[in-house]
Amino acid sequence: MDLTLNVWRQNGPEDKGRMEAYPVFGVSPDMSFLEMIDMLNDQIIRDGGDPIAFDHDCREGICGMCSMFINGEAHGPGRGVTTCQLHMRSFKDGDEITIEPWRASAFPVVKDLAVDRSAFDRIIQSGGYVSVNTSGETLDANAIPVPKPVADEAFSAATCIGCGACVASCKNASAMLFVSAKVSQFALLPQGQPERASRVKRMVDQMDEEGFGNCTNTGACAVECPKGIDLSNIARMNRDFLKASADGE
Amino acid sequence: MTKMLDSKIPEGPLAEKWTSHKNNINLVNPANKRLIDVIVVGTGLAGSSAAASLGEMGYNVKAFCFQDSPRRAHSIAAQGGINAAKNYQNDGDSVYRLFYDTVKGGDYRSREGNVHRLAEVSTNIIDQCVAQGVPFAREYGGLLDNRSFGGVQVSRTFYAKGQTGQQLLLGAYSALSRQISKGKVEMFTRHEMMDVVMVDGKCRGIIARNLVTGELERHAAHAVVLASGGYGNVFFLSTNAMGSNVSASWKAHKKGAFMANPCFTQIHPTCIPVSGEHQSKLTLMSESLRNDGRIWVPAKKEDAEAIRKGTKQAIEIAEEDRDYYLERRYPAFGNLVPRDVASRAAKERCDAGFGVNETGEAVFLDYASAIQRYGKTEGNIRGLKNPSSTEITELGKQVVKAKYGNLFDMYKQIAADDPYESPMKIYPAVHYTMGGLWVDYNLMTSVPGLYAAGEANFSDHGANRLGASALMQGLADGYFVLPYTIGDYLSQDIRTGGISTDSAEFNEAEKEVKERINHLINNNGTKPVDDFHRRLGRIMWNECGMSRNAEGLNKAIEDIRLLRAEFWADVRVPGSDDGFNPELDKAGRVADLLELGELMCKDALEREESCGGHFREEHQTPEGEALRDDEQFTFVSAWEYTGDPKEAKLHKEELRFENIELKQRSYK
Repeated sequence: MDLTLNVWRQNGPEDKGRMEAYPVFGVSPDMSFLEMIDMLNDQIIRDGGDPIAFDHDCREGICGMCSMFINGEAHGPGRGVTTCQLHMRSFKDGDEITIEPWRASAFPVVKDLAVDRSAFDRIIQSGGYVSVNTSGETLDANAIPVPKPVADEAFSAATCIGCGACVASCKNASAMLFVSAKVSQFALLPQGQPERASRVKRMVDQMDEEGFGNCTNTGACAVECPKGIDLSNIARMNRDFLKASADGE
Repeated sequence: MTKMLDSKIPEGPLAEKWTSHKNNINLVNPANKRLIDVIVVGTGLAGSSAAASLGEMGYNVKAFCFQDSPRRAHSIAAQGGINAAKNYQNDGDSVYRLFYDTVKGGDYRSREGNVHRLAEVSTNIIDQCVAQGVPFAREYGGLLDNRSFGGVQVSRTFYAKGQTGQQLLLGAYSALSRQISKGKVEMFTRHEMMDVVMVDGKCRGIIARNLVTGELERHAAHAVVLASGGYGNVFFLSTNAMGSNVSASWKAHKKGAFMANPCFTQIHPTCIPVSGEHQSKLTLMSESLRNDGRIWVPAKKEDAEAIRKGTKQAIEIAEEDRDYYLERRYPAFGNLVPRDVASRAAKERCDAGFGVNETGEAVFLDYASAIQRYGKTEGNIRGLKNPSSTEITELGKQVVKAKYGNLFDMYKQIAADDPYESPMKIYPAVHYTMGGLWVDYNLMTSVPGLYAAGEANFSDHGANRLGASALMQGLADGYFVLPYTIGDYLSQDIRTGGISTDSAEFNEAEKEVKERINHLINNNGTKPVDDFHRRLGRIMWNECGMSRNAEGLNKAIEDIRLLRAEFWADVRVPGSDDGFNPELDKAGRVADLLELGELMCKDALEREESCGGHFREEHQTPEGEALRDDEQFTFVSAWEYTGDPKEAKLHKEELRFENIELKQRSYK
């Protein structure tokens, strides 16, 4: 099939940026979206142009590196997939496709479609861990039973890949879904209890410091999340944050 | 040939080696650790866990990754699980049995001492991860669940659905993040190591490139740890991430670190088959699927042909017309034979004309009988009286979904086919490299002060790695081995003081890096980097893949040399070197793969035997099984760089088996 791509080009964070149109021909429905971009870049390079910069690595939907805003949706049409798992069979011959980077002031553009998500790392550094040394000399792994439903819920929260689709989808560029997923994982497990109050305070404070917006409960984040992280995590985080604040944390 | 390499395996009984070694090596006291700098390159399981542990112990650590966050390293994509000799299932598992399975699985080409240590610390890994809040799968009683994996007869694999690597890496990343917040680890993301710097015969730092600004940076340290992963991307199509590369290891190799057993490559039996020329990478379907799935091809050629043409569906093939070839050939292990055996068996059937997709390179992985089996059990659990077959199927699908849901979804997304309804099509693909930088028992390479951990080193998996053992080794090296052994070396450096980057050695290294970048950027060739990478991959897959022979390998060596010359003459790298330029990053990596590929073929040519993933057609039994030559090849091949891969010099490390008797590996 033949397509027209409108792609955001921006040469660094200070550049104003612009949309540019690219025709692509002979796209196979079995190609992944990124393989289609590879094909376009191959042509651009052979023609002596500047290829489109984008982030990607594992190409199997788990590393969280790919990050394209396609036709107004984070990771494009379809649910439960990242950009790299999107296949061209989701489009049809003659389609016009608009591709933008994640847009949020806390995610400055590096180049074209690649953005800087180091704010997420700093939020994890502020408290997204259990403070346990790595000696291996801890309790036996089976010393504390964890009810299966609780373990499963903690796991579901922990499957967040940190791609930032939630921020990109939110009209306020809020990072609440990302932060609450990590807060929830540890809030649910016995190992997370000792630091539960201080963790949620520190992580929320860091989130605010990074310039992410507030949550107004529209739920777009959960709809667009490729890993199906549930909105109830945000409720849990809010509850924990309130409790920690009331307790004087 | 020079003298045999010294692996520095401690004396004494096998089970006491590690403990007595730890008791006897030198330590660095806490105050002195603050005076010592360590660089860690790569933030996968081995790198993150090493950086976190070294920082926690008190060293000043700098960690580097090329991705935009340490959490994205390719360990994240490991699916199936992690082995540990906990014996929670009471099925007779033990440290010895894990050790034995790993040595046997590796076709007797790994070190007894290293592997036993790995098995010993395996149990600590699980304890550690649970303490960090890693949400492993649990049973209804709240205790940890296990599943079985290929090549063994016990259930010792801990898992978190099909995302075990993700959960373990996020655990190590959290430990790393904690040290970053304390200021004990300084993290450099979007940075690539361009070279190691040698001062007075010791590795004393690296030249790194900031991939956003293009600036070259000098970083000095008392020791450097490479945890930069494997080199499967030499095949272009592999299950590795797009950015996975050999460059850090290869640069170290060119500065004196030996590459060991580079031809030992793991071809994983269960991947989604290639769909066309546009393909950029392959996707693994976890080996855990072989627990419950049955692998087959049609027994009749005409059925296979009809399926290939699309005139017949898999479900139309009657039970008696199916060839469950793994169960037929290997009744004792069935679908759970080790990866090398399963891959070759799939190739054998497809080569014989029984393949089941358009290209003829695919076999079926079928869940129909597992769905029935689980459905019946679940019906009993729920107390259903005479459930209908529709109910059983539905219940069975639910159980399969709970166990493998994300894998089935992934398959459906890529193949546009529903694996709950019809069998998946799979084919082997490059997945892991057992070879890597040669290291001694302390994980130090042949360069003093330069260490290698995780997939980047060669030491534990011999000629074939067992499933769920890569995660075990990465975390064992990073959490529990390297942090101790590196102290023995660093104890000499407590009075050295900081290493200056203002030296002739750093000047020279930076200059060389700069010249190479200039060459690539100003080459003005006609073809993009991927063009060369694809062609290299094709040569490697055809001649140095699942089966190899002398003629093909000799030809491959010549072809790669020609391709390399063409690359340097005709590659086109767009843009400039002073900004974000992923094509330039890729060009540097492919340039190194073009040298490594040749060394792999040379290594495969020299090893005149078949063992594990290395199958030489000239050396097989009448039944087509791998034929080892213990008399002549019970050694590690460690290659020294001498200026050209063709002229690499072979050093040997003799493998001594004092506890395990070498046997023809049989899974029948």
